[in-house]
Amino acid sequence: MKLQLKLAMEMCLVAFTCCLTAHASLGGDMASVHNDQAKLQGTLQTTNKSSYDVHEIQGTSGVVVREYVSRSGAVFGVSWQGRTHPDLRLVLGSSYDQYIQEVQAQRAQRHGHGPLLIQTPGLVVQTGGHMGALTGKAFIPQNLPAGVRPEDIQ
Amino acid sequence: MRATYLSSIYLALGIFSSVAILGCGSSGTTSSPASQVSNQVSNVQPIAVNQGPASNYVDGAFTSVTICVPGSTTSCQTIGGILVDTGSSGLRILSSALTVSLPQQIDAGGHAISECAAFADGVTWGPVQKADVKMAGEVASSLPVQVIGASNFSTIPTACTAQGAPEDDLGSLGANGLLGIGQAVQDCGLSCSESGFVQNTYFSCPASGCIAITQSLAQQVQNPVASFATDNNGVIVELPTVSGSEATVNGSLIFGIGTQSNNGLGGATVFGTDPFGDFTTTYKAVLYQSFLDSGSNGIYFLNTSVTALPVCTDLTFLYCPTAAQTINVVNTAQPGTNGATAPASFIAGNGDALVKTSNNAAVSDLTGPQPGNFDFGLPFFFGRNVYLGITGKSTPAGTGPFTAY
Repeated sequence: MKLQLKLAMEMCLVAFTCCLTAHASLGGDMASVHNDQAKLQGTLQTTNKSSYDVHEIQGTSGVVVREYVSRSGAVFGVSWQGRTHPDLRLVLGSSYDQYIQEVQAQRAQRHGHGPLLIQTPGLVVQTGGHMGALTGKAFIPQNLPAGVRPEDIQ
Repeated sequence: MRATYLSSIYLALGIFSSVAILGCGSSGTTSSPASQVSNQVSNVQPIAVNQGPASNYVDGAFTSVTICVPGSTTSCQTIGGILVDTGSSGLRILSSALTVSLPQQIDAGGHAISECAAFADGVTWGPVQKADVKMAGEVASSLPVQVIGASNFSTIPTACTAQGAPEDDLGSLGANGLLGIGQAVQDCGLSCSESGFVQNTYFSCPASGCIAITQSLAQQVQNPVASFATDNNGVIVELPTVSGSEATVNGSLIFGIGTQSNNGLGGATVFGTDPFGDFTTTYKAVLYQSFLDSGSNGIYFLNTSVTALPVCTDLTFLYCPTAAQTINVVNTAQPGTNGATAPASFIAGNGDALVKTSNNAAVSDLTGPQPGNFDFGLPFFFGRNVYLGITGKSTPAGTGPFTAY
């Protein structure tokens, strides 16, 4: 009984860890980059910069997702470009709900359609383009490595 | 990264783009477009920049569209407050504005087909239905259109909300519908019709829940203009100059390019584009992707770090320079098309001051940030006649896609 309970708890912990990782991208780690690659059925190409790496996932949906990973292994930024937006739950990870709430809040004061710029202390998201050619980027300002500017994420 | 994106477009365009522009008049004994016929119909559709049906819009051009049950002349409805959008393709109507009952598109298994359409600022979700779409004297028969926010499709699949926040009512859409009249014929195209990878755009919706499917080109939601019997090769958006801001201004949407006496190109510069209407813009010696989008309510470009224009403290999605600045750019055709290039300029005013000091709906100098490219929204259309040539359609300026002004 005790052993079974321990085993159950361990399995629960494994499942929990697995799913936290599986749904983390922005704010996640390299495991989440590989998870995104698998989910987006894409090929991965990595470019090394001085203080970070850019992992570009070319998905079969025609959307290119780039994930910016610091030397400490943290995903501090993401960007995308393609026919549509990628799965933002996957790409924005735990920031997705906040993003949707901020978009809806901005609509209340917005007077028409146009690209979005969401700026909060812990999250910046920009989306733009038009039907068939959409773009976006997101980053966690306090997680940018020293010397990295927001426009480096593109 | 941009090069990768562009090169994939070149591959997609391939042979087409090399012969598309300036390739007219190469067959037959006449240089007149095929669509030029003797029994001409009215091709002038009035548009107005006003506050729209939600009474709060700034810099949106609205029009009316008459829709009928296919084949019927009595089951019809004229719907006003439809936003004219050169940045998308296809007619989308809010369910709450629709009183006629249109036939539902179904798949081979008899299940209703619904669509998730992605835009820069959100998604529209709802069933694909068929209508005869009438504007001026033109008719698009049995055209697939999207009905947004239909109550019997109220459960939006997570694969759709994954692409953005839904715009499914008057408050979030700001219009009774969208009239997408961009360069593309279909709203998705081959990406959605080929079976290699099923896009989360078209869905089959049995009672158990909606599943992503492929959708043939003919069944996709599409640009009504391309389906007109005449004047179907493109449009001209004509709006007057706006000095500062004005309560409302009136203009015209002209159907056809070079098909009648009122829609010639005149002295307009023709820029070849990619199939979605993109061309390029040089600003401060750097080349960016760009597009003309009447459905964007400002000219949105780059970021403060590049433009040195601060964002507003209140309307944080707009630029707010203390004094208005003239922005000079050079627009160039999409590489691999006709090589056209011409300078353009516009003014970046103070967004907070322009929008908040009056209730005027037509504002000339509204600008704001946008990641990595130039979105020439409605203010760019003021005082310019803007032409959009539809992909694959012949005009006196060559075969689309192109844009001209």
